Amino acid sequence: MQSLTNRKKVVSDKPMTLMEKIYIPAIVGGMWITFKHLMRRGNTVKYPEQIRPFAPVYRGMHVLKRDEKGRENCTACGLCAVACPAEAITMTAAERKKGEEHLFREEKYAAVYEINMLRCIFCGLCEEACPKEAIFLTDRLVPTEFHRDEFIYGKDQLVELVDNRIDITKRQHTGKRTK
Amino acid sequence: MDLAFIIEKTTLIVIIFLLSLVIAAYSTYFERKVAAWFQDRIGPDRAGPFGLLQPIADGVKMFMKEDFIPKHADKWLFIIGPGITIFVALIPSIIIPWGPPLEMFGRKIALQVTNFDFGILFIFGALSVGVYGIMIGGWASNNKYSLFGAVRASSQMISYELAMGLSAITIIMMTGSLDLNEIVAKQHGMNWNVFYQPVCFVIFFTCALAETNRAPFDLPECDSELIGGYHTEYSSMKLGLYLFSEYVSIFISSALIAVLFFGGFNFPGMDYFTGNTLAIIGLLVFFTKISFFIFVFMWIRWTLPRFRFDQLMHLGWKTLIPVSIVNLLITGLVIALYEGWFWSN
Amino acid sequence: MITDILTWILGGLTIGSALMVVLSNHPIRSVLFLVITFFFISGHYILLNAQFLAIVNIIVYAGAIMVLFLFVLMLLNLSAEGLPKSSRYLTLGSVIIGGLFFIVLIAALKDSLHFEALNPGSNSVGLVQNLGKTLFSKYIVPFEVSSILFISAMVGAVMLAKREKHIVE
Repeated sequence: MQSLTNRKKVVSDKPMTLMEKIYIPAIVGGMWITFKHLMRRGNTVKYPEQIRPFAPVYRGMHVLKRDEKGRENCTACGLCAVACPAEAITMTAAERKKGEEHLFREEKYAAVYEINMLRCIFCGLCEEACPKEAIFLTDRLVPTEFHRDEFIYGKDQLVELVDNRIDITKRQHTGKRTK
Repeated sequence: MDLAFIIEKTTLIVIIFLLSLVIAAYSTYFERKVAAWFQDRIGPDRAGPFGLLQPIADGVKMFMKEDFIPKHADKWLFIIGPGITIFVALIPSIIIPWGPPLEMFGRKIALQVTNFDFGILFIFGALSVGVYGIMIGGWASNNKYSLFGAVRASSQMISYELAMGLSAITIIMMTGSLDLNEIVAKQHGMNWNVFYQPVCFVIFFTCALAETNRAPFDLPECDSELIGGYHTEYSSMKLGLYLFSEYVSIFISSALIAVLFFGGFNFPGMDYFTGNTLAIIGLLVFFTKISFFIFVFMWIRWTLPRFRFDQLMHLGWKTLIPVSIVNLLITGLVIALYEGWFWSN
Repeated sequence: MITDILTWILGGLTIGSALMVVLSNHPIRSVLFLVITFFFISGHYILLNAQFLAIVNIIVYAGAIMVLFLFVLMLLNLSAEGLPKSSRYLTLGSVIIGGLFFIVLIAALKDSLHFEALNPGSNSVGLVQNLGKTLFSKYIVPFEVSSILFISAMVGAVMLAKREKHIVE
């Protein structure tokens, strides 16, 4: 069959010639190749000082959004947990009491909302499933921890702060899907 | 045996000992740097400027690690193994002539701890004993990978010692002495042995690679087959001593190669200098040569793939030994012709 | 004076480690004690001003032959439990034979005590140069004969290795 790539090499086990048996020319050739690399520097990114730009559609750590008045969007419908292929999301719903209107947008809210970051595969299906625009993936990285239970993120780590909003527009406004 | 003599020799021993350790420590740093450069990377650059404090960080890490002795290991032999290895690796440094004599405090100080008239043999003795540390450690670990590493190390060392000895004999024949001082003195200026004996140099260098268990002959510890080889079960500073002794023996081998083939501290145009100037320039020249060979050791490691064990044995017994014997015979013939008694008799 | 003390200390250590070769219960330890014994014997050579012999003893015996011994023993993987138990009669017999051999040795060496001891300082035949000159002039015939012996041993080894190959084929 004709080769498509034209890179095919025919392997043969013919005995080595005398020149090959001496090894030294081949060794010198190899050492010349490595020597040429001696002064060349590659694409090293010195990480903490120099951060490689993320792709606009990068899927990193989740955020639970608040609306413009600072109320949580999530109504604990559970669609994200159903959509999650890795079974990473759990939640407990609760009813909004009188006087909590400034905290939660609708009558039902998530009292507990946990994502296990060790199970999560960052596929973004939760984001697509969410009818309330509550959960989004961001370009933030999940930091390393020493213990497994520290990777189960609760609401304290997931919900954005009122005075420290997380920008999600970059990821949401590129590509075909726009909201 | 006056007091000054004792002080002189003690200082020299301490300096050479510390120097070997420091050079070995920085060889580990340099090895990682060289490896990185050959692979278009940067290498360690975090600890201190250019990562120069990396060896210290490594040492601290090694000491802080848990010192673990496996339950079924032979405890005493397990402990003795690394000790023997580093001891034997450091021993040959006492006989290497580091430079021309210094004149200081009205004394002529030879930059050599001691001199035997069987100098080269002493180094070969130390080399041949060097395998015990690896064998004892590998066997005492009570682990099949360690044992394989130990067995490979011993067979490899015995095989390559022969070719190494034969190529050294060629140099001894040219010099007419086993004394390292005389071998160096014979190569005055640019009259280096490597120009007369290039084949011998290649053989000796190959054997030095095999004797120090360096790639492409690092079969005793080849990671892809034997995990860590003879030091699989070792941890903490015991492992550190094994790794360290490898670099010490690279340093000593480089020094030996420089002495035997590249004229030791001799350099072209050395007749224009005398006294302490000569001594200091000689020292610098010698250490430049040593550094170059350490670099070549690393260069080879990061270029060539590892030999298979049967290829290693073939190369040792079927190529290097016959070639070195032929080289020895030719050298003998040339010496006989050159000195004239072949015809005059 | 200092040589005498060293001789006694070295002698004691040599005999001690030689005894440990026999007494230690593991073959690998026996071999390691044998290596140590060779080192002490080399020490004796140095005290007798025979440096060449000392270093060759280390290179050849400690560095090559004992490595091969150790190599074989490691591959055999003998352990103290795995060794076959020798019967009591065998032990008794070997003790008697060994003891008799020891007595014969003592009887043979008893007279040598009356010989004048070699003075290490005065004779320098053990130095490399002198030894070489002696070997290649006075003892040239035995030297060459022994080298022929070695060559025949080597040829024999090669022949043994070859013959095995034919059987395989």
